[in-house]
Amino acid sequence: MAALRRTPPALVAGKYAAIAAYVAFALFPLYWLLKIALTPDTLIFSDGTALWPSELTLDNFRTVIFQSDFMAYFRNSVTVSLSTAAATTLIAAAAGYAFSRFTFRGKRWVVALMLLTQMFPLLMIIAPIYKLVAAIGLLNSLTSLIVVYTAFNIPFATFLMQSFFDGIPRDLEEAAMIDGCTRLQALRVVILPLTLPGLGATLGFVFTAAWSELLFALMLINSNDAMTFPVGLLTFVSKFSVDWGQMMAAGVLALVPSCLFFLFIQRYLVQGLTSGAVKG
Amino acid sequence: MSATQEERAPGMPRARLARAWLRYAVEPYLYLSPALLLICFVMLIPLAIGISYAFQSINLLRPFDAGFIGLENFEALAGDGRFWTALTNTFWWTFGSVTLQFLLGLGLALLLSTRFHGKRLVQALVFLPWAVPTFLTALTWSWLFNPVIGPLPHWAAAVGLLSEPYNILANPDTALWGPVLANVWYGVPFFAITLLAALQSIPSELYEAAEIDGASPWQCFTKITLPFLGPMIAITVMLRAIWIANFADLIFVMTGGGPANSTQILATYVFTTAFRKLDFGYASAIAVALLGVLMVYAVILLVVREKLVRV
Repeated sequence: MAALRRTPPALVAGKYAAIAAYVAFALFPLYWLLKIALTPDTLIFSDGTALWPSELTLDNFRTVIFQSDFMAYFRNSVTVSLSTAAATTLIAAAAGYAFSRFTFRGKRWVVALMLLTQMFPLLMIIAPIYKLVAAIGLLNSLTSLIVVYTAFNIPFATFLMQSFFDGIPRDLEEAAMIDGCTRLQALRVVILPLTLPGLGATLGFVFTAAWSELLFALMLINSNDAMTFPVGLLTFVSKFSVDWGQMMAAGVLALVPSCLFFLFIQRYLVQGLTSGAVKG
Repeated sequence: MSATQEERAPGMPRARLARAWLRYAVEPYLYLSPALLLICFVMLIPLAIGISYAFQSINLLRPFDAGFIGLENFEALAGDGRFWTALTNTFWWTFGSVTLQFLLGLGLALLLSTRFHGKRLVQALVFLPWAVPTFLTALTWSWLFNPVIGPLPHWAAAVGLLSEPYNILANPDTALWGPVLANVWYGVPFFAITLLAALQSIPSELYEAAEIDGASPWQCFTKITLPFLGPMIAITVMLRAIWIANFADLIFVMTGGGPANSTQILATYVFTTAFRKLDFGYASAIAVALLGVLMVYAVILLVVREKLVRV
């Protein structure tokens, strides 16, 4: 921008200060989480509020990983999140393809229906879901969580996939179909390779959403074996509320998968958040 | 594609035409059916059941009391002081969070739309809070507010905001600020990202022309940027408000609605009633009330939007 060259140095300095402030605001809580996790238990009360710990230790991580149930919770969460992400992406890709490539009777109604599911308070259905899941005997099972999370994420994922399909010119598959491909062949040979980034992004968004879901998991799971990470961590916090180091070490572990996926979907954030419209 | 092909084929035999029509009418539903089935069985049917619960007495702790009781739940609701507190809190929670998230998000979007060194890295770092799981956001912030291990009370006391470094989450007068701050931290990236996308769609010639005409940066902002972003801002803010009004995780984890009900919003009241008291009937009645509030809000939103579009 040409304007930048003529801006007075004070303004430029101000801009960089503002940027630094935003970065500090974004990172500080996470830095603190990591700091307490690395502070030895004996020093918590002397070093607790100091900006930099006088000693570092990995003991908290060691305890959490080897001497607690957190690894089991972690596995449960990975199972739930990955299955949800895979199922949602598959189903949403099919639905998004229908939205993108067909004009059909009732389309407006289907779209309205999907938007409706994004508007009403999800907590409204927590009691009925509990009763339904209890009635079919699936309380305390990861399957029930996977099915519920998949349904919750389908509308948003469908709109996201639709926006990816919309970005691929129709001419490509039409050309393939004129050359004698069936629609499914065209889909596999022409469209699928082009949508791989879109599929990946959807996978990432859904994984992140499923990874952090808490309230339905609290309601549907109460046996220690089937707890997901959020439920396990919250139970731990309410039981051992002064084991600061261990709680925060577990928190850091919870952060790892979401951060990995974040790095991966960062490029698609704009598309994801604007096509979901209401999804945070 | 379907329409044009059908119109272009007058010579086609009737049977083939019918088959083609069937294909085009049915095929999309084939792709949609798994999605629609799941949404119906997991969301829409439970929604209908949930609304019916509001008119029943369903408490898992009192299994023999079940049955339809008409409007009794709502009568109880009208006389429930906690409900009215929760309603007021829902307003302040939503209003405070949305306003702060929006203002900070707009600032960030404006900064990110300029050119500076290390922009890619900065962008990744400031968007990171969005990826932090909400339960962890809540726990981290409640730890930051804890005077034993968190710095915030000490800083606040040092600058005179607090008389002494105590935990603001434990004080009914200040407790709501805790979740609001956590929510702001978590939600700024969302606004920054959507507004950034909108900013990038403003044609740059406008700014160049304004600059040639000698407009100041402030004039550019108020005369070009804001009018262009206006509709987008209005829609994002209004939709986001609905989402935040329904967002119970942060408050539930940080304060559980306490102390003394001072941070209870309708969404957390629904959850604690269902989860702790297992009173599904009453919880559903609160949820229906919340839905009603949101619908009134949505109608206002539509009217305002109509006005905005006309201008």
